Amino acid sequence: MIQTEGLTKIFPGEVKGTTVTAVDNLSFSVEEGEVFGFLGPNGAGKTTTVRLLCALIGPSRGEARVNGLTIGRDDQAIRQSVGILTETPGMYDRLSAEKNLIIFAKLYGVPDPAARAAHYLKMLGLWDRRLDAAGSFSKGMRQKLAIARALLHEPKVLFLDEPTSGLDPEAARLVRDAIESLKGEGRTIFLCTHNLDEADRLCDRIAIFKTRLVTVDTPANLRQRLYGRQVVFHLARLEPAWVTAVAGLPGVRAAEAVDHRLVVRVDDPETVNPAIVRHLVAAGADLRFVGELRHSLEDVYLQLINHA
Amino acid sequence: MNLHRIRTIVDKEWAEVFKNQLVIWTVAALPLLFTLLPLGILFATRSVTPDAMSGDVTDLPKSFLNACGALAPYECFQVYLINQFLVLYMMMPLIIPTSIAAYSIVGEKTTRSLEPLLATPVTTEELLAGKGLAAALPAIGATWGAFLLFVALAPLAGATPTVVSRIFSPTWIVAVFVIGPLMAILAVNFAVMVSSRVTDPRTAEQLSGLLIVPIMGLIFGQIAGVIVINLPLMLGVAVTLAALDIGAIYLGAQVFQREAILTKWK
Repeated sequence: MIQTEGLTKIFPGEVKGTTVTAVDNLSFSVEEGEVFGFLGPNGAGKTTTVRLLCALIGPSRGEARVNGLTIGRDDQAIRQSVGILTETPGMYDRLSAEKNLIIFAKLYGVPDPAARAAHYLKMLGLWDRRLDAAGSFSKGMRQKLAIARALLHEPKVLFLDEPTSGLDPEAARLVRDAIESLKGEGRTIFLCTHNLDEADRLCDRIAIFKTRLVTVDTPANLRQRLYGRQVVFHLARLEPAWVTAVAGLPGVRAAEAVDHRLVVRVDDPETVNPAIVRHLVAAGADLRFVGELRHSLEDVYLQLINHA
Repeated sequence: MNLHRIRTIVDKEWAEVFKNQLVIWTVAALPLLFTLLPLGILFATRSVTPDAMSGDVTDLPKSFLNACGALAPYECFQVYLINQFLVLYMMMPLIIPTSIAAYSIVGEKTTRSLEPLLATPVTTEELLAGKGLAAALPAIGATWGAFLLFVALAPLAGATPTVVSRIFSPTWIVAVFVIGPLMAILAVNFAVMVSSRVTDPRTAEQLSGLLIVPIMGLIFGQIAGVIVINLPLMLGVAVTLAALDIGAIYLGAQVFQREAILTKWK
């Protein structure tokens, strides 16, 4: 649904004669129906990438295809076929929520603009406030209105740039629920976010990006690649000899003691765990609890971005 | 160019801009003021009898007296006075669209609503045409309406049929119905250019207001007797404006580059 090949964007710098590379040689692809997370620090070039893929700005080098259309050649058709939630919702504050949506529905050539606007106002829980000026809306409501605007023309591909940025937890949850429901409809979603928990929960795959692409993979694979799978054995007491013995068992890559816990790094815990448990029990250990140690996406992100 | 999208942009602009009290006052009050002022002058000079005025117009610029031709002296005086005010009808299409365009374009900047708009299939030409028409049409309508109102009320305020025929003459018809729209187009494109460089609607409005300086030149030139506003002059102004409009439309479109707007407008 989205393919980029060597996509590069260079802007003129503040000082005459200098340049700033915002996006450098970016290559990746997003499949139909996928929720693709695009993570990176401030100033990494995420918004520039979204603008490139939505045909709002042109690339300096490289190519990109969105929904089978080529940026730089089919720009108007791309804008017709994608929906974008910009970083700042940017509403016409003096106009009602309904009027805001009807204007955009007309610009997208939607057959019955009023009916379509009504559909999304109801879907996102804004129907009762449809006649109120958009300027009177809370941040969360504005964000939902902006999502409705992005959906009016039923785009197959949605670009969401920081959809929960600056929202309180309740509003952020409403927006996340809306994204999950869109995911359920099978739309392809390109999600730029700083919220790693949100990315972990919503995204099928994640790209970590800092001007250049650092890596792309599923959240689970990213964890495994960095940390492998780790199992924690909570014991009443821990003998140093047990650590050495467990480290030597087949399938165990490493073992270390952390307080009364034994942290074991294994490739396939489902196969190796029973042998470790048998060994510990035979050695006289009181095994209280066994669990998988799950690193947060934040750990993965920080590790990757700091080495990028 | 998709007319449906242009129409939508015009509707949007009007729906938003006319919720701004300042813009409403500019569009409504200015034409009314510029109509009532010359009517008041006419009404005030109504009490001056033809006898009292006969032979007493020698203070008027000689070039203007020549242009009066066979008019009675008091009629020549009335036409002279009214001519000063009719120039204001050429100012209106400059002032009104400047207010609207400055708010409509800089307003998009301040509310950050331009990016979602540019993300739609609307082309730059459609966007500029929509915004331009939204700013120019009320100005042109208000100017034409005010002028026709003035022509209709002038006899009631004391203008003789001869004076009315001098007001509703080819000179002023060209000035109001041809030069007016050309002025509006110039003002809108100038406002687009200025708006792309500033962040405050008032600054854009004030800078765009510089356009009225040449019109003031016409007023002072006429008072000083350097210029007589007649049909050849108006036709010359119209041709010059048409050329300036073409240049302004080109420059306005150059300045209004999507990428520059998104990446440089802060």
